Amino acid sequence: MSRLLAHGLMKLRRRDFLKAATIATAAMGLPASMVDKVAAALKAPERPPVIWLHFMECTGCTESLLRASHPDVATLILDLISLEYHETLMAAAGKQAEENLKHAVEKYRNRYICVVEGGIPTKDDGVYCKIGGRTALEILKDVAPGASAIIAIGTCASFGGVQAASPNPTGAVGVQDIVKDKPLINVPGCPPNPYNFLSTVVYLLTFKKFPELDRLRRPKFAYGRRIHDQCERRPHFDEGRFVEQFGDEGHRQGYCLYKMGCKGPATYANCPVQRFCDVGTWPVGSGHGCIGCTEPDFWDNMTPFYQHLPGEEVPAGGGIIRQAERIGKFALGAAAAGIAVHAAAGVIKKATTKEEKEE
Amino acid sequence: MARKITVDPITRIEGHLRIDVEVEGGRVTNAWASAQMWRGIEVILKGRDPRDAWAFVQRICGVCTTVHALASVRAVENALQHEIPINAQYVRNIVLAAHALQDHIVHFYHLSALDWVDVVSALKADPKKTEALAQSLSPWPGNSATRFKQVQEKLKAFVASGQLGPFENGYWGHPAMKLPPEVNLLAVAHYLEALDYQFKANQIVSLFGGKSPHIQTFVVGGVALAINPENEATLNMERLLWAKKLWQELRAFVQQVYLIDVIAISALYADWLKYGAGVTNYLAVPDMPLDTKGERFDLPGGTIFRSDLSAVTPIRSFNDPYFRENVTECIVHSWYKGDWTKHPWEEDTVPEYTDFQPDGKYSWAKAPRFKGEPMQVGPLAQVLIGYALGHELTKKWVDFSLKRLEEIAGIKVTLSALESTPGRHLARAIRSAMLADLGPKHLDLLIQNIGQGDLSIFNEPKFPSGEIKGVGFHEAPRGALSHWVVIENGRIKNYQCVVPSTWNVSPRDKEGKMGPYEASLIDNPVADPERPLEVLRTVHSFDPCLACAVHVLNPEGEEVVKVKAL
Repeated sequence: MSRLLAHGLMKLRRRDFLKAATIATAAMGLPASMVDKVAAALKAPERPPVIWLHFMECTGCTESLLRASHPDVATLILDLISLEYHETLMAAAGKQAEENLKHAVEKYRNRYICVVEGGIPTKDDGVYCKIGGRTALEILKDVAPGASAIIAIGTCASFGGVQAASPNPTGAVGVQDIVKDKPLINVPGCPPNPYNFLSTVVYLLTFKKFPELDRLRRPKFAYGRRIHDQCERRPHFDEGRFVEQFGDEGHRQGYCLYKMGCKGPATYANCPVQRFCDVGTWPVGSGHGCIGCTEPDFWDNMTPFYQHLPGEEVPAGGGIIRQAERIGKFALGAAAAGIAVHAAAGVIKKATTKEEKEE
Repeated sequence: MARKITVDPITRIEGHLRIDVEVEGGRVTNAWASAQMWRGIEVILKGRDPRDAWAFVQRICGVCTTVHALASVRAVENALQHEIPINAQYVRNIVLAAHALQDHIVHFYHLSALDWVDVVSALKADPKKTEALAQSLSPWPGNSATRFKQVQEKLKAFVASGQLGPFENGYWGHPAMKLPPEVNLLAVAHYLEALDYQFKANQIVSLFGGKSPHIQTFVVGGVALAINPENEATLNMERLLWAKKLWQELRAFVQQVYLIDVIAISALYADWLKYGAGVTNYLAVPDMPLDTKGERFDLPGGTIFRSDLSAVTPIRSFNDPYFRENVTECIVHSWYKGDWTKHPWEEDTVPEYTDFQPDGKYSWAKAPRFKGEPMQVGPLAQVLIGYALGHELTKKWVDFSLKRLEEIAGIKVTLSALESTPGRHLARAIRSAMLADLGPKHLDLLIQNIGQGDLSIFNEPKFPSGEIKGVGFHEAPRGALSHWVVIENGRIKNYQCVVPSTWNVSPRDKEGKMGPYEASLIDNPVADPERPLEVLRTVHSFDPCLACAVHVLNPEGEEVVKVKAL
């Protein structure tokens, strides 16, 4: 960049600063003496802008952010990012909210991170979810092109989610099925652990690059290993000690939940390590099997939830270690062979169906 | 000449909602509420294992997470006429109380306070005067000038950054904003402090639910939360004591900060106590069962029609035919095939979208009716019904709150003051004060029962061949929630959720009777149709749980101002 051009840009920015400072000061109802202070602050590093879209969702992913302490939601919003649009949190509504979105998309073009929460209905031109008279599909196609990166938070935005469960009445899909030409990270989970999302954001902002991703574009720091391989109940699995019924003696001793339908052996997530709400809990720890909520199509492929994964005899006695390895190879093998997890999950589904028939 | 206004979307709610209003002479003269999203979860459930249903339906909402899981397992248990161990009832009750408090706190401070509190005005407040004011209202130790000064500095720096984020384009300086700067600063400080206390409520939920949002310990037949004081991996004394400490902190915040703030803000907006009553038929269901069958409860339920408290009718049990037989839904104005009015067990959900037709179909929400009448549900309904039934805990907190309201506002108020836009917020805070007493009570009951050696948490359900039907209800944060299930040979044949926000967002029925949101907007003032803050106030007071939009129309139906987001 030539020095002249750089100088011109500086001047332009200077003018913009003052103008913005004056407008901001007036809009805030602050005295004119604040203009300098506001202008000074405007020279300070800008907080990275984020535009957060809600589509077919339950707001559980947003709610999950209220369950984090480092950073907590106030630090996130007030200090780390500039949340330009977020329907659940923003003060403005209707016309004023619409202005904010339009303004942010223009002002921060090619610089904002777009976070998407929720699936996108595609059937019947997407009439099943409309905001401000526009379908989710139209809005996404409008906002995504100006984003520097897209983060799909939750299993709905990643893979379609609960509304995409068979028979998928609204034709719901994830963001990656619509937006093909943008850097995109999936942070699935129903909802995901808030620290997985927050770490992704902070990683992005701090290191200015994407974290390592797996085949499903999930950060490896959170989705690199199976639940089963990190579970505190794993020794009980290896030793053949199983819960046979909720509330039985095995349940009271913290035995393995595999026979109660736990999908930990086929689910990639860090729940046993990261845990929830800073009180050290997670579903398997509390006594209920994993339902596989970080995997695509888990609503179809991991159900019935109380039926165990197919093809495995219950480990017992001398065969235990061999059996455990076999389960390990099953899931790891699928990933290593480069088979999409869709296909791997399909295998699970087919095997489950087969097992039903056999029963 | 009436104007037509559209606010779309209504923000600071869960989901997608559209409301159209006609405004004439600064007053709302007509209104339509329209739900803007349909996901088909009831369709997806057909043919599935009834024991899995709770997980699917819990994903209806992540704000009122837990509530659909609870209604679902109760519905299936009801179909089976299946009792659950008392420990399981207590665990469920502790989760529902803690979740409700988290939900109510967030709704007031983070979703609706900005309708009443001018954040920018807080910059002008004197922290010392704020301290004096706060200490005159409450013994809360966090109300110090140092703290208020700190909050003000943080706010100043944030505003000066020029990046207002979620506070951009708010209704700052709107003529309907009336609070003095000191009250605004107090509210902003508590807005931030409330974040810490809702977190504590979530921690309680997580201790008993495995995680939050979307707990994973409620199962048909009880809970999957192993209890064993002799084991390190289960619910043991350490977990129970942690919950006890969290409850103590949460209770103090609710009773000394949240309730007091709502009373004070209601008193300072006393002129609003005449707006927003709307539908004055009320429905609440009993909850927090004290036995294994669901026949004795710590929260009462029933119905009141046309504000007549003397004719209150109680709902007595999970099997009470008064509830089972009197609920219907009508789809005359909803985007579904047909124009029927049916009992939930008989319904068939087939979507048919026509776009917004004010005289025809205009919403994804159905119109639920009780004995053919629209009903308002939510904390207000529960508090009025409890009061009418002479429920002691309700009376204690209602009487306390109305007395404080009178003292601060310097006017006489009666119970009917609650039937208003601020009254709905106050009723929610009153219910919270009650739950803050009941949550620790049920934790103590659980501990006592464990101490007697009872560790049971689960009775295995067995599904018979043939058809069975059940209803499960729950007094959720937003009101009476019911799930209706038909099971055939152990598989779901039909599943319908009649949700609190559906009762309240209800479109008109076949007789043209408005739903509660619509009716409550009539006669609302609107000072500036370009910035219809007052419409937001009334809609938010219900704590809507869907995505919304609001329109203002002229008599020719021509849209003059379109207020929408995105």
